[in-house]
Amino acid sequence: MQEYVLEMKGVCKSFPGVKALDQVELHLRPGTVHALMGENGAGKSTLMKCLFGVYKMDEGEIIYNGEHVKIENPFDALQKGIAMVHQELQPIPERSIAENIYCGRYPETKILGLIRTVNHKKMYEQTDALLKGLGLNYDAKAKLGSLSVSQMQLVEIAKAVSANAKIVIMDEPTSSLTRNEVEVLFSIINRLKEQGCSIIYISHKMEEILQISDEVTIMRDGRYIGTWPSKELTTDMIITKMVGRELTNLFPKRENVPGEVILKVEDFTSIHPKSFRNVSFELRKGEILGVSGLVGAQRTELMEGIFGLRASERGTITYLGKKLHITRPKVAIENGIALLTEDRRGSGIFGVLSVSDNISVASLQQYLLFRVMLNDRKIANLVQENVKKLSIKTPSIKTQIQSLSGGNQQKVIISRWLANDPDVLIMDEPTRGIDVGAKYEIYCIIAELAKQGKSIIMISSEMPELIGMADRIMVMCDGRVTGFVDGKDMNQEIIMELATRFAS
Amino acid sequence: MKEKQSVGNFLLNNAMIIFMIGAAIVVGILRPTFFSMYNFKNLISNTAVRFIIAVGVSGCLITKGTDLSAGRTVGLAACIAATFMQAADYSSKVYPNLGELPMLLVLLGVIFVSVLIGLLNGLVISLLNVPPFIATLGMQTIVYGACLVFTGAQPIGGLRKDYTNISSGSIFNIQLLPYLGIIALVIGVIMWFVYNKTPHGKYMYAIGGNENSAEVSGINTVKTKLVIYMTAGLMYGIAGFLLGAKSGGASVNMGMGYELEAIAGCTIGGVSTNGGVGRISGILIGVLVFELLKIAMQFMGVETSYTYIVQGIVIIIAVALDIRKYVAKR
Repeated sequence: MQEYVLEMKGVCKSFPGVKALDQVELHLRPGTVHALMGENGAGKSTLMKCLFGVYKMDEGEIIYNGEHVKIENPFDALQKGIAMVHQELQPIPERSIAENIYCGRYPETKILGLIRTVNHKKMYEQTDALLKGLGLNYDAKAKLGSLSVSQMQLVEIAKAVSANAKIVIMDEPTSSLTRNEVEVLFSIINRLKEQGCSIIYISHKMEEILQISDEVTIMRDGRYIGTWPSKELTTDMIITKMVGRELTNLFPKRENVPGEVILKVEDFTSIHPKSFRNVSFELRKGEILGVSGLVGAQRTELMEGIFGLRASERGTITYLGKKLHITRPKVAIENGIALLTEDRRGSGIFGVLSVSDNISVASLQQYLLFRVMLNDRKIANLVQENVKKLSIKTPSIKTQIQSLSGGNQQKVIISRWLANDPDVLIMDEPTRGIDVGAKYEIYCIIAELAKQGKSIIMISSEMPELIGMADRIMVMCDGRVTGFVDGKDMNQEIIMELATRFAS
Repeated sequence: MKEKQSVGNFLLNNAMIIFMIGAAIVVGILRPTFFSMYNFKNLISNTAVRFIIAVGVSGCLITKGTDLSAGRTVGLAACIAATFMQAADYSSKVYPNLGELPMLLVLLGVIFVSVLIGLLNGLVISLLNVPPFIATLGMQTIVYGACLVFTGAQPIGGLRKDYTNISSGSIFNIQLLPYLGIIALVIGVIMWFVYNKTPHGKYMYAIGGNENSAEVSGINTVKTKLVIYMTAGLMYGIAGFLLGAKSGGASVNMGMGYELEAIAGCTIGGVSTNGGVGRISGILIGVLVFELLKIAMQFMGVETSYTYIVQGIVIIIAVALDIRKYVAKR
């Protein structure tokens, strides 16, 4: 038997504007759990997508079972025995659990030896057996959409298991799991190991990594840093290697001074029973309020509700002493509230439009000549000013925004909102998918805005980021606010405890 | 970081235009009369009406919609215009007791009806969230039915001279400056202004670029779309009015399939069916080149039935080439 079941060497991959992977390697031993670590944007997911055939590598080789292989697409990867549990789920909620698990490889029978049909009976039986074997008590015929996000994630893992894979890639499998569910996952992982299966495990959670993994590979800024046995590592060592500099330099110094309360939300409740409910909080002038919670805690939904993108059933928003009825984003914007959305591609950028159009689109009414015609020179000034102020790296202001890197795209969207001079800036995962250097720049922008007296609500799934940036952190779980922490209490354990308050 | 445009890419991105101009040149060499003044004027008048329709459709396309009711609306507009612009002494007048109406009044009436159709399209699409393809396909049939009812399936002829003169006349009797061409040009300039220099235009591109982002940015997407579909209706009304004058009569079959020609012209001219992209100048080139191809085929004596087949192929290829630009290479 070879020493390694899988080796990736010299892997390079570029996207327009970013070199995502630069000479990365990975050495995976059979029957082990191999943790892949690095900050967001370090290139872990990209590397795995290359392995799974989602992306084509620009350079590099994959040696699998001692042979050089080329993986054309995810189907090819599955055929070769490589399965992946995606970070972002790609479920079909309207179909049954069984159909989701066997999607693309349904058990078949042939009518008259000719016409291929799906053998539903076999599919449901196999699914029931599979779920039972993994200790998951779900009905194979239930719609996938009837499960919670964490349950869906376990189904996704069951899907990978069912493929009889030699290698299972798990990309942040525990990001939305409760503690009990993590235990279920770990028992599944141990069972897979016993069967000789290797697992590549991507996670940010240090304790988990040290508990479950045998080896750790660390990446930083798209480069390979090294591989170590987990036994030889400590949390601090991992962080130092991941970040590549002392932790103290990660966040800029904040000089903001929170003042009087300017926004007060009381008993804010969604029209959907499973979404946010009974949410009350206050935001001060010049304050950075962090919002923490697991995936599915309804943080994004809450903010979209406040911004008028989602309907609320009851509750009040008091802003600068007067009650607001925000029925659509325009009302929020007119009152000086801005929302930087979580999904930059989906609801942030206008990909085919220029940097200039992307910056000016929300404030065009301020640049009118004779009430109908746009004042192009004023708009150009606004854009140039922002490009300079936020040091947006773009060849020209006419460049399509989609050719910029994630960090620069984010700065463009921040500029869009600043053009309206808002008092409250809600930022939903402002540093997601942005490389480390650019992250620091975003932090600096946030700190500077708060210093200027703007109030910031910052949602983040990265706890160190919240602890480093926020004056106070509001923690949510299952649509409800479970607590506020500040000062000395701002540590991962207390936040985690609040974030899993209602977890089963 | 502008992507280097290789020669091959340039050729492929402009393949349709290059091919069609090439075809026209070949025809010109084979049939020298192709480059005659008469033919040139013919090309301008044909292009003028088609261009106005294409400009109407372009707003829908840029916002990732479409308008399949364009052709039938043009047809209805032409029928209404013709009905009320019949000469007083014409023997089989639809309304024998009706005197001569002011031309402007008739034009306004025609525009009122077509803008109303556009408004209905817009309401169904933006408020009821019916996919534009289905909504306007339904409207296409409704408008055709309305036109049948209105005309009783009878052709309308005997039009007033001052009306038909809009199409046959030209400024200072210079052949190169037909009224139709001038009108289309003026409309083109106005619409260029609307697309590039007004918030409405920017909002249109924004909605086409990413409707979610547009919503988040505080753009009233419902209102913007309503205006776009109403503007489209306005364009069809004007085009129909001109088409009636140009044809010297009108019938229910008028305007059939014009929506596809308009969409083809737009796509050839660089309006992306993926949304967010498209320029008025491009639409003009697209429509012009498409008309050039049609006339070239006529000159080569290709039977009309075959030209439909060619037109259909051209549309599909144009969209395929367009989509090719946006399919991300991974």
